[in-house]
Amino acid sequence: MQDTIIRISHLVYQRGAKTILNDVSMDIKRGSIVAIMGPSGVGKTTILRLISGQLHPNQGSIEVNGQMISELSHRELYKSRENIGVLLQNGALFTDLTVFENIAAPLREHTKLSEQEISERVTAKLKSVGLANTGDLMPQSLSGGMARRVALARAVIMNPKIVLFDEPMTGLDPIAMSTVSRLIRTTNDELGLTSVIVTHNVAQMKKLVDHCFILADAKLIAEGAPEDLMKSDDPAVSQFMNGRVEGPLSFERLAS
Amino acid sequence: MSDESRNGSGMLAPVREAGHCGLFLLQMLAGIRLERTLFISVLQQIYLIGARSLVIIMICGFFVGMVLSLQAINALQIFGASDQVSLLVGKTLFRELGPVLTALLFAGRAGTSIAAELGLMKATSQIEAMQLMAIDPVKRIALPRFLAGLISMPLLAAMFSAFAILGAVIFSIGVMGLDPGIFWSKLQSSIQFQEDFLGGVWKSVVFGGIVSLIAVYYGYYAKPTGEGVGTATTQTVVLSSVLVLIFDFIMTSFLI
Repeated sequence: MQDTIIRISHLVYQRGAKTILNDVSMDIKRGSIVAIMGPSGVGKTTILRLISGQLHPNQGSIEVNGQMISELSHRELYKSRENIGVLLQNGALFTDLTVFENIAAPLREHTKLSEQEISERVTAKLKSVGLANTGDLMPQSLSGGMARRVALARAVIMNPKIVLFDEPMTGLDPIAMSTVSRLIRTTNDELGLTSVIVTHNVAQMKKLVDHCFILADAKLIAEGAPEDLMKSDDPAVSQFMNGRVEGPLSFERLAS
Repeated sequence: MSDESRNGSGMLAPVREAGHCGLFLLQMLAGIRLERTLFISVLQQIYLIGARSLVIIMICGFFVGMVLSLQAINALQIFGASDQVSLLVGKTLFRELGPVLTALLFAGRAGTSIAAELGLMKATSQIEAMQLMAIDPVKRIALPRFLAGLISMPLLAAMFSAFAILGAVIFSIGVMGLDPGIFWSKLQSSIQFQEDFLGGVWKSVVFGGIVSLIAVYYGYYAKPTGEGVGTATTQTVVLSSVLVLIFDFIMTSFLI
């Protein structure tokens, strides 16, 4: 039986007077790929920021890899992040460094590997994402899909236990989307990672993830395997998964 | 230090801002380690913000020297003392105009570029990505730029003064027909190494620190929007120019 690597219990997060997340609980199993889905502005990225310790919950707890994230000191939090890889929405590659140096940055910061070892590791990662021989390029000269693959290589260069993806498919063409999607699956399985993907791309997630959490109205309204959620009788879940305009999740309500 | 904690209101806001800027400086200085990566980053930044400012510094220095000697000869001729032009030009340049004008040009050329670059890094989530990879962004991106500014400024001020003297030589000797022997001997005998030359060097080190600190601080804390980046660059030029002139008076009153 799989054990839980991320446990979110009765999480409440407020921004000013507005409650973004209200009594949200999730258990994420080790080795799985899970998606946190929901309409825009529902607080999906906020959950990622809470898991990575960038934000602190008002109530409830978040346990990541056996550590209560909100109780860690600044130094302990930084140390814990060595076990977490993150791929942000636009890749967030460092524009003043080459592709090679982007991927090598975490190794240079956290390890005492020799230049030879760093070079070998970075080259192997670049090869694994299908971008061998691009090490000397600057991020500005990469396409969106290539940048996302470089960001994936950087996210897993430290062999983390968990990788968090914030909208990894946004702005990609269908081929690039499938390529990134396949890479997430192969990387997750080969390295024994746990991948948490924040997205609203239902079509891609149906093919990729093992488990889905759906947020709406600041709450977790459903969870389960994608194929089960597609058949859900819950009107809000069914509306979101099938992309229908009519239903309880009205655009005006979401905007408010 | 969070962005929110910098907010203040009324009379206290500038004091709070100055306090945060001071803490930011301490945070940077605490990150200084004798590491190869820092050395390479500082060298790169000296090239980017120092060497690339050379042409504008040399052109401006040359014409400042020309106009200074034109005005000096014009005024000194009244008293029949036009052969004293090199004394006046030399003292003015080494003590005041060299460090001050270089600092103002540096604020416009390199300060704005540092603030805009850091602001853009923030807007494209690069700073957030560093924090999530447990890389200290203050140490990784702010510190090398600050140190490079500190080192570059005295060198640029020296180049400014050298080209200003060249401009003065060409105008005074080449155009106005002053005796070269008198020009150089007056310059050599009137410029004191300790009072004039070193005084100017100290000023330019302080000005380099001021301009670089303001640039990295406002760039680092820029709002992650186009408008925020624009505001950061404007604030950098305005505030660093004002502070350079204020500190020039304070330092001159101690050095004189």
